[in-house]
Amino acid sequence: MIEIRGLTKRFGSLPVLSGIDLDIAPGERIVVIGPSGTGKSTLLRCINFLDRPDAGTIRIGDLQVDAAKASRAEILALRRRTGFVFQTYALFANRTAQGNIAEALLTVRRLPRAEALARADAILRDIGLSDKADAYPAALSGGQQQRVGIGRALALDAPLLLFDEPTSALDPEWVGEVLDLMRRIAEARQTMLIVTHEMQFAREIADRVLFMEGGRIVEQGPPSRIFDAPQDPRTREFLRRVR
Amino acid sequence: MGALDLDYMLGLVPVLLRYLPLTLGMAAAAMVLALILAVILAVVRVLRLPLLDPLVQLFVSFFRGTPLLVQLFLFYYGLPQLVPAFAAITGVQAAIAGLTLHFAAYMAESLRGAILGVDRSQWEATQAIGMTQGQALRRIILPQAARIAAPSLLNSFIDMIKGTSLAFTLGVTEMMGAAQKEAAGSFRYFEAFLLVAVIYWVVTEALAALQRRLEIRLNRAFAR
Ligand SMILES: Nc1ncnc2c1ncn2[C@@H]1O[C@H](COP(=O)(O)OP(=O)(O)O)[C@@H](O)[C@H]1O
Ligand SMILES: [Mg+2]
Repeated sequence: MIEIRGLTKRFGSLPVLSGIDLDIAPGERIVVIGPSGTGKSTLLRCINFLDRPDAGTIRIGDLQVDAAKASRAEILALRRRTGFVFQTYALFANRTAQGNIAEALLTVRRLPRAEALARADAILRDIGLSDKADAYPAALSGGQQQRVGIGRALALDAPLLLFDEPTSALDPEWVGEVLDLMRRIAEARQTMLIVTHEMQFAREIADRVLFMEGGRIVEQGPPSRIFDAPQDPRTREFLRRVR
Repeated sequence: MGALDLDYMLGLVPVLLRYLPLTLGMAAAAMVLALILAVILAVVRVLRLPLLDPLVQLFVSFFRGTPLLVQLFLFYYGLPQLVPAFAAITGVQAAIAGLTLHFAAYMAESLRGAILGVDRSQWEATQAIGMTQGQALRRIILPQAARIAAPSLLNSFIDMIKGTSLAFTLGVTEMMGAAQKEAAGSFRYFEAFLLVAVIYWVVTEALAALQRRLEIRLNRAFAR
């Protein structure tokens, strides 16, 4: 069980998250939608402390972290229980595809090299990139890079995967292969929190859709209700505009 | 005396070349030490480590803001007066120490700029998978920064090789000192010092050629 309580973040005088409460059940796949600038990325980044929240608590399994007094060790522990997929991939430029996936296993999990590389190879097979094991990111297409980005996030077997608009930076031709991979991960009932503008994809894979605006969760529910019968006028307005 | 005495100059080549290993050895030793020190200084500055950061800034400011010759004299002739133990230090050791500190200051600034030049997303990705700051620096950030800084670090090495000629002023018989001694006997100062200049020139041009090849390779790196 994952519990987020009162998650609050300001940038200077600008409130970006105004006390987010969110429970995520094991295996639940949640999609976050909303206009840009409403704090969707900040929510994800605060969950693993890429941005440090000003207040609130995050519990993942037996690990509970209070933003007000989180220690360095707690933050590391939290990050090791979350995988993060960046909009711009952010692959390690000096590591091959295999090296990118193995990095966390070598440094964080401290696996022996042969074991880490074997595990990375297995993930490369899963993401369909065995033939690119020795390629550096610069030699990969956007779609391939993002698949490696997802593979890297999978490597630690984290109980929660966070996706921040994983297809928004991609040329349209590569979006499909990345969504296909995410669909397969969702089918394996991996717990996921996904920010995306791919509404059809959200409808297919989400157990629950959150609509965010102004740093708050305005409305949430199963995709059929949010997409077909939104209650809040702000949700309706947003969906009208993106359709 | 008249025209350039080429025969004399040619005869001097093997005499002076005997001192080239000392010159290159001093430069290589100082380069290795300076690189290690520069990495430490740059990391202190990038991480803004409390207490240490202002000290490093002071260090960099002093060693970049004063002439190398003055620094060498300060070490070799000045320090033993304050700390008698330093009287045992040889001219070669003092030259290596002086070159190390002087060029570490410059190289630390190049490295700092290079570290800051590594895309912020690289740091974020290390954080996202739970790497410590030390792991991130050692495995991801510094290797990428080294590539950015490599041309400028090689420039420092070239400057360092030229800087070894100042060891002469600490009583070290290196190429410059040997040329001085030879010329004092023959009164052929122009030929002797011209030959020293040519030897330095050839060595630094060879390094510059290496540098150009390295830059081409670095531009291709990680692009497989
Ligand atoms: N590092 C930052 N510094 C200052 N303001 C920021 C920073 N990151 C995000 N913001 C601001 O916070 C708000 C929410 O941003 P974000 O979470 O990226 O929104 P979304 O992902 O929903 O588009 C925006 O107004 C954005 O400009
Ligand atoms: Mg965003």
